Amino acid sequence: MAEIVIKNVRKEFGDFVAVEESSFTIEDGEFFMLLGPSGCGKTTTLRMIAGLELPTSGEIILDGEESSQRPPSERDIAFVFQMFALYPHMNVRKNISYPLVSQGMPRAQVKAKVAEVARILGIEDILNRPVGGLSGGDRQRVALGRAIVREPKAFMMDEPLGALDAEFREHMAEELRALHDRMGATTVYVTHDQLEAMQMGDKIVVMNNAVIEQFGTPQEIYDAPATMFVADFIGSPSMNFLEFQGSLGAGSNTITLAGHDTAVPVLREAAQGDLVFGVRPEHIQLSTDGAYRAEVLATEYLGTTQIVTLNTSNGEVKARIASDQPAAVGETVGLEFNSRTITLFDKASGNALRSELNEGVLAHG
Amino acid sequence: MAEVQLQGVSKSFKSTDAIIDISLDIPDGAFVVLLGPTGAGKTTTLRLIAGLEKADSGNILIGGENVNALTPAQRDVAMVFQQYSLYPHMSVRDNLAFPLRSPILKTPEDEIACKVQEVAEVLHIPHKLDNKATELSGGEMQRVSIGRALVRDPAIYLMDEPLSSLDAKLRTDLRVELKRIPAQLAATLLYVTHDQIEAMTMATHVGVLDEGRLVQFGTPREIYQNPRTAYVAARLGQPRINLLPVGLLDDGAPAGAAQVGLRPENIRQGSGRDATVIRVEHLGDQTRLHLKVADHDVITLTDPHTDLAPGQTIQIAPDNPVFFDAQGARIT
Repeated sequence: MAEIVIKNVRKEFGDFVAVEESSFTIEDGEFFMLLGPSGCGKTTTLRMIAGLELPTSGEIILDGEESSQRPPSERDIAFVFQMFALYPHMNVRKNISYPLVSQGMPRAQVKAKVAEVARILGIEDILNRPVGGLSGGDRQRVALGRAIVREPKAFMMDEPLGALDAEFREHMAEELRALHDRMGATTVYVTHDQLEAMQMGDKIVVMNNAVIEQFGTPQEIYDAPATMFVADFIGSPSMNFLEFQGSLGAGSNTITLAGHDTAVPVLREAAQGDLVFGVRPEHIQLSTDGAYRAEVLATEYLGTTQIVTLNTSNGEVKARIASDQPAAVGETVGLEFNSRTITLFDKASGNALRSELNEGVLAHG
Repeated sequence: MAEVQLQGVSKSFKSTDAIIDISLDIPDGAFVVLLGPTGAGKTTTLRLIAGLEKADSGNILIGGENVNALTPAQRDVAMVFQQYSLYPHMSVRDNLAFPLRSPILKTPEDEIACKVQEVAEVLHIPHKLDNKATELSGGEMQRVSIGRALVRDPAIYLMDEPLSSLDAKLRTDLRVELKRIPAQLAATLLYVTHDQIEAMTMATHVGVLDEGRLVQFGTPREIYQNPRTAYVAARLGQPRINLLPVGLLDDGAPAGAAQVGLRPENIRQGSGRDATVIRVEHLGDQTRLHLKVADHDVITLTDPHTDLAPGQTIQIAPDNPVFFDAQGARIT
């Protein structure tokens, strides 16, 4: 098990920059998520850690040793791919023991190891079955078993659940996380699914266009996004952006939104011009007499909550409210914002303005 | 558009019963979603209505007329598949117009132009009409392929997980657009998915399928609040309902009950049985608390800024539990 330090790593493919200079640290035993849309550089980053790509510049320090130019075989990392490939002519036991047998491990030891891995994964009863007839979940477990059995320093996983259906994916996500909690192995996991990242990760790196946008715990990234990209990418429905013009000094704690004064967390920096008021759907309440008016365009029922789409003078807004609270399409209601949770952004740069809400989080990101 | 009815329809493939005695009324103008995991019979039901499969028994009626003996073309349905396939050498406009130019329909060109424009606007792609199909993003391609069904005016639109290959963000956007279609185009829609959020948010009626049987049919609200079986209860809600043995918590179960269903939001903290905290999961808008009570996993919700940590013990008690018998049927 190991700590992984990424220092100023950069990767170019010809003229194309896949990953701009990036630095972050994956601590020993962490479940670490690389999150971003397709083409953002997350898989390239993972492949560089595993040694499947060599960085153009920068250092990758595995367990204290600089390893950026070493071949994969010398890095002691196990890779789990999206499409799990098993040896179809072998049974489950042989598939799992293959990496050990090819290392020349004595048979008795292989047997003990495979038994242990099978117990961890709960597949003891299928060890002697051919892999051909297994369900998708069991195949996935066998593929994991083959990675675990080597006891590598770290696991790299590239969207291992991407090909599964929603219900099963949720189940496997829980299982993977529980497995990690039992084994405590450093795991780096690539996904484009923000919910998966929030659900499983201890830490998340959000990437976009080859650049790291933010690095932190799920709650930090959700509550105090560093950029509009992060605010938009994390959360479903994503954060609402209400555009306004203003001139705010450091220390101010109200803004004017369509003629109404609205409280915000105390600003730590000054800003002016085109600004954006960012509010999460669950931090909007509907009221009968609120001064900021909006028309209900649509409602989507979700069980305990519902999502209400509203038309305001600053554009369309989505609110998440309790499903027993009435909201009829066509009616006009007032909106109340939970002022402690508001993030303001500079529209041109997309960066969050520093405030009492996010100063702690942005300082180390 | 028209009403579609299934009356006692069954279909098996060799020894596998894909669909077992399904009866279903899809009212005119409804947005019906069939929900179930892989292998529940969702796609087979669609294909039976489309005429791509023949039922072993039972009747399928479209607009009151029995269509058992009709070919897919005669049935007047439009289908959207999971994987989009567009004509790569054609523009978006020609791809959309293609179904209308078929020799059977012989639609006049000015009418085609009008219809293509209308559908492009519903799907927010009017600015892409002159692009080649290959110059589109994945989300745009899927919109065009949905659009190709929408230009026609069939008795019913059949959609087979059209959003499942798209990323989360696009799915959310298209969900809202699809939901507007029945009203905007006066259409009837049958949509199959394994995604409960799609079912909950878009449907006027949800049908829950379990291994080829239709186990419940009703509005999303009815199905969430009043599940008829434990299986149905576990299909809707995030996180999933806790299904626990009777007596694990102080639930006051009636006679005959074997299982207690407790939605995560229906667990009170502070009194009751001891539960060990396993993990606190921060999802932003909700924070899930994974607990162990005796040997059973229990999930509930908690405050985002909770101080609870793994290993701690708290007390929990049920609120508004629902009960199921040993077969999973609801006891009320």
